[in-house]
Amino acid sequence: MELTAIAVISIFTLSIFVGFEVVSKVSSTLHTPLMSGANAIHGVILVGAIIVCSHASTTLELSLSIAAIILATINMIGGFVVTDRMLEMFKGKKGADK
Amino acid sequence: MSDFVYDLIGLAAGVLFILALKGLSHPRTARRGNLLGALGAGIATVVVFFHGEIKNLGWILGAIAVGTIIGVPAARRVQMTQMPQLVALFNGVGGGAAALVAIVEYLNLGEKATTAVVIFTVFTVVVGCVSFSGSIVTFLKLQELMTTRPVVFPGGRFVIAATLAAVVGTSVWVVVALGTTPLLVVAALSLAFGILFVLPVGGADVPIVISLLNAFTGLTVAASGYVLNSTLLIIAGTLVGASGTILTRMMAEAMGRSLFGTLFGAFTAKPQDASGAVEDRPVRSGSADDVAILLNYARRVVIVPGFGLAVAQAQHTVRELADLMISKGIDVAYGIHPVAGRMPGHMNVLLAEANIPYDQLVEMEEVNPTFGQTDVAIVIGANDVVNPAAQTSPGCPIYGMPILEVSNAANVIFLKRSMRPGFAGIENELLYDPKTMLLFGDAKASLTKVVSALKAL
Repeated sequence: MELTAIAVISIFTLSIFVGFEVVSKVSSTLHTPLMSGANAIHGVILVGAIIVCSHASTTLELSLSIAAIILATINMIGGFVVTDRMLEMFKGKKGADK
Repeated sequence: MSDFVYDLIGLAAGVLFILALKGLSHPRTARRGNLLGALGAGIATVVVFFHGEIKNLGWILGAIAVGTIIGVPAARRVQMTQMPQLVALFNGVGGGAAALVAIVEYLNLGEKATTAVVIFTVFTVVVGCVSFSGSIVTFLKLQELMTTRPVVFPGGRFVIAATLAAVVGTSVWVVVALGTTPLLVVAALSLAFGILFVLPVGGADVPIVISLLNAFTGLTVAASGYVLNSTLLIIAGTLVGASGTILTRMMAEAMGRSLFGTLFGAFTAKPQDASGAVEDRPVRSGSADDVAILLNYARRVVIVPGFGLAVAQAQHTVRELADLMISKGIDVAYGIHPVAGRMPGHMNVLLAEANIPYDQLVEMEEVNPTFGQTDVAIVIGANDVVNPAAQTSPGCPIYGMPILEVSNAANVIFLKRSMRPGFAGIENELLYDPKTMLLFGDAKASLTKVVSALKAL
């Protein structure tokens, strides 16, 4: 299903506003975990890397897309694991809630 | 699986990402938020295998396994003190992955690529490469494998401007002429630009740059989503790009810096302010016993922890000292600067790791008015966050950053390894103040001595 230009622009514009809105009230304590979590989310480029690898036809395309998958996996899985480790430190400390 | 079902599941993953970011913004829901994000990413990765024809399946699964084997142990084993540079590295490889994806898709499409697709491909390659090489430089700075000072060379800004112009010029060349070679030239120039763009940034401002590059990577993912016709990638990438931009601005505000000043400040600062040459002036240094006596007769003590505390792994010893003072009826609080450590909120993570009660951690705005009634402020391994130059010396790299006003306390004790200036490389006038006492040595060893001296009193 080919996306029309207006569909892309709509998705893009609405996502910008949602992105602005969801993080607008974060306390400075959570800046680092939030950055790290957002960082892990863009690791979803792994999906893109799998798509290009799945139709790679030359050796060059295959090797570049394998490199992309490895890098994207490190970004995604490593990112979520390290964020979880950070947040583990705050466990059971309800005083953090403001 | 039909396109419709596939896109619907993609939408569900997008919603999970929104809930993840929302959860991460509140302390109580943060951990769940992160897990929701991981769930979304997991679902998105699994369903792609059930959509369309998948060639090279063995290679794909093998590459994911390799990435996991590298990423998970790195994330599990990293010391909490070194966590910021790991995040920088993860961000960089994400940007690199996006650039590679765009290049492969470009090779694959060949003549079939529409002008719009080529434009988005070039955008992904440029910004992805900048994010990759820029993140590597921030990693090297934070790991202190290279100087943390701003790196400025004669004509630096012209070199940067020329490189940027070359990136833009060759990008237009790709769009007009097409071809693999021009695209690779763009990639190479973008890598160079990423390095040049981060080099002049001072060590203390590096976290802001990491956050900015994180937002950049988000945008490249969104652009690659257009190239690959994937709604999910557009949603996820744009969310990270937008929230990352806001977060960057908030971090810059917490440090009292404008984004512009962070990126280009090194070009306008007076060189003598950034020199950080060690001056040969008298300082008052004391022994652990002197410190213990001062603390014994204090009514209120504020501990100002900095990155040096974490490097020395002295969090548990500082807690021991605080507990001992509390048992003697002394009022003890920790004054936490928003950017203490290497990143905003980093110090809270490090102290929470040592089980220091959360109610003793007081944020800067609340602790500053109390320094007037504080008998002793103990600064452990911190420097820039208490440096009065941020208020008094316009043109110094940290000018305008809110600081902990420890100079208002009756006595100030600095626990330092040496007279070396802080991460930002700026001389601290407070060290020469008559009411300041310096206790040289490793933070953990010094604190242990102070604890035993205080016990003996």
